Amino acid sequence: MNRHFSAGAAAVVILIGALAATALRSAAQSPASADRPVSLAAFDTVARVLTHPRCQNCHTQTGYPRQGDDRHPHAMNVQRGSDGHGAAGQRCTACHGRANNSASGVPGADEDWHLAPLSMGWEGRTPRELCLGLKDPARNGGRTGAKIIEHFDTPLVRWGWNPGRRADGTLRAVPPVAYAAFVTAAKRWLETGAACPD
Amino acid sequence: MIKFTINGRPAEVDADPDTPLLWVLRDDLGLTGTKFGCGAALCGACTVHIDGEPVRACSRPVSEAAGRRVITIEGLSENRSHPVQQAWIAEQVPQCGYCQSGMIMAVAALLKERPQPSEAEIDAAITNICRCGTYARIRKAIHRAAGTSVPQKG
Repeated sequence: MNRHFSAGAAAVVILIGALAATALRSAAQSPASADRPVSLAAFDTVARVLTHPRCQNCHTQTGYPRQGDDRHPHAMNVQRGSDGHGAAGQRCTACHGRANNSASGVPGADEDWHLAPLSMGWEGRTPRELCLGLKDPARNGGRTGAKIIEHFDTPLVRWGWNPGRRADGTLRAVPPVAYAAFVTAAKRWLETGAACPD
Repeated sequence: MIKFTINGRPAEVDADPDTPLLWVLRDDLGLTGTKFGCGAALCGACTVHIDGEPVRACSRPVSEAAGRRVITIEGLSENRSHPVQQAWIAEQVPQCGYCQSGMIMAVAALLKERPQPSEAEIDAAITNICRCGTYARIRKAIHRAAGTSVPQKG
């Protein structure tokens, strides 16, 4: 009996100790610490990209993609479809190939052209909503920090910085932050606690 | 040399890899049933199938057809017996006919995925343009090929 009591007491002491250590570690890593301004500044850079037409035209909250720097609904009644890859019988890949097409002006990337899921629709969101959505696994496709960075390395995301020319020969606009600076900012945001603006 | 299968037969073309598939079909292979409409992947007159999927041939470099199966209107059936072709004849769909081979290819692809498409599914998949405005008969022919009836309005 006594031995049992002692063992139990020891376990409680160890547990309290472990909890205290965890609490200290979380405090040190909390975005509420000195890292928060750094994290917020980094997210501001990220948000400038996320709110650009090159990203938002496919991260829509609608049943269709958008196109153009003015973000108009995609021509020809193009639909999102049940899986974001277009309608049955007219997938996005009916027109969008593996690279930007200089003959037609139709953009393409070395990945099946498609929309982001509706849960990742960014248009019309405040920076705070964007931020919370970006790091919420229920809305970001179950991505951890490392997986978010991996997504930025996909052909479709990289296409945003190489969007090619329209049929009339004019260049599509690119996001206001260079690709490398964008990825650096995203990593810094994640490393400094992924703080979100109020 | 770029190799692919065209209407069930092997093809080998000496073309710049960036050449639109449409020009290879028409100029190198002599398959002129597929038409050039807008040249911007919008009107659908140049629709062919690559590995069974509808593709706008004006906007697809021939390099992306390499090693794949391309079907044009000439290869949809041996003798115009495809249900969509039969329905097109029965409903006398074409007027000038320029857009119709692309239209038929688009509808054949839709019916393979959706044998009995709803009106909304037809609207979403068949975005091809017909300058003669034969849309009402196109819709009737799609329903005929699908064995469904055209919904009555009002």
